[in-house]
Amino acid sequence: MSREVLGYRRPDGRVGVRNHVVVLPVDDLSNAVCENVARVVPGVLALPHPYGRLQYGEDLELTFRTLIGNGANPNVAAAVVIGIEPNWTQRVAEGIARAGKPVEAYSIERFGDLRTLAAAARTAQGMLQDASELRREPVERRELVISIKCGESDTTTGLGSCPTVARVVDRHVQEGGTVIFGETSELTGGEHLIAARCQTEEVRSKFQGFYDRYLAEIEASGADLLGSQPTQGNIRGGLSTIEEKALGNIAKTGTVPVVDALAMAETPSRPGLNFMDSSSAAAEFITLMGAAGAVLHLFPTGQGNVVGNPLVPVIKITANPLTARTMAEHIDLDVSDLLWGRCSLAEAGERLMALVERVANGRLTCAEALGHREFVLTKLYRSA
Amino acid sequence: MGTGLPKVEERDRERIEAGEGAPHFLVHNEGDGVAVAVQDVEPGPARVRYLDSGRDAELEVREHVPLGHKVALMDLGAGVEVIEYRVPIGRTRVPVEKGRWVHVHNLRSARWGRSR
Repeated sequence: MSREVLGYRRPDGRVGVRNHVVVLPVDDLSNAVCENVARVVPGVLALPHPYGRLQYGEDLELTFRTLIGNGANPNVAAAVVIGIEPNWTQRVAEGIARAGKPVEAYSIERFGDLRTLAAAARTAQGMLQDASELRREPVERRELVISIKCGESDTTTGLGSCPTVARVVDRHVQEGGTVIFGETSELTGGEHLIAARCQTEEVRSKFQGFYDRYLAEIEASGADLLGSQPTQGNIRGGLSTIEEKALGNIAKTGTVPVVDALAMAETPSRPGLNFMDSSSAAAEFITLMGAAGAVLHLFPTGQGNVVGNPLVPVIKITANPLTARTMAEHIDLDVSDLLWGRCSLAEAGERLMALVERVANGRLTCAEALGHREFVLTKLYRSA
Repeated sequence: MGTGLPKVEERDRERIEAGEGAPHFLVHNEGDGVAVAVQDVEPGPARVRYLDSGRDAELEVREHVPLGHKVALMDLGAGVEVIEYRVPIGRTRVPVEKGRWVHVHNLRSARWGRSR
């Protein structure tokens, strides 16, 4: 038995920790009316993004999966979907409706922005008032789907903040919970350590396939990656190579086996530690995690990445004393005591688990309080 | 033209020093070739702590190593694998003496073939 926290049980049985009503554009053209709905009905959340037009093939499928997954995310109570034309708009709305929550779709052609705004705002208002009556109820902590990814890493992430996250990962998984990690190219130098932890040969071969394809793509570019991966921030913080960065990154995955290797924005079907093929860019990554149903994200940072997500609360953990001192408003948990031997890893893990519970129960994270709402779709190739 | 703000590098040169008795460097594992500075370290004798064994050791540091940057724990020849976390993290570009700062100027990835 894991401990109880207070969450929102959604019609599909999944548990959320936030209660957003979202206004989701299917495409770039619909951002304006979505943002206007959020101006007229200030309690709802618009999710503007730059894509959704003339995409095709795998890239289009990923966009649909990402939009539908985020609309269906258990942190969302209800959704208004707006697109330029009715066909793709309906497709996204129907995908979200499968989660059993209230969804309404509007398309702009033959109505214009203003009539669409009037209708969508009226619906959003009703959804917001209805959602305000939903109450948190006791749920098991292990029912929370947690995602993990670090950013602007430095050597202190591998020494302190990632091993702290590992404590929570191991405990959550041992209690029956689900954790998702990824950052495919950022495993380079330690990918054999992840492959060795794959639970079955089938999972190992899926993982290796994702890894090999990503690396082939990077190598085919012919580019010098120093300064991009590792980033300039990583280098400034003392990380010298992709291998060194990867080993710090892997330190946050704990010791539990990898139970599945997921495609981008795929929802995990097996409890335990799941790998997802993904970019390491923070906002893209957390948006994919939201699509997969993560309701809370643990984000170790070294130099001070300030990312947030509109739907998924992002908890920032740093072991870098300079970052903790100079960027305090972004840091939810300072574990820099670890570097100087003034705190044990077990204690740091306890402090993080306690914070996970508080944020699950409703405490706003630094990124939420500061209005960080980065919603970024992963684009695979240019549109037709 | 100036904004009155100091340049970025000057602005954040706030020194980080741990108190009495705290280690200057941490090493992930026995056998690793590098240690990580957990405060800004100046040349001279320094305390090194191994995280896996708990062992403390002394190291004569030969140049300034900023917080988060690495120092060589042994003499490393040119083109040799450097070990951290018990795993290779790259190869030296040039020989690196024990006590010297280790970073992108003398260490490169063995995996990103095109990274200079």
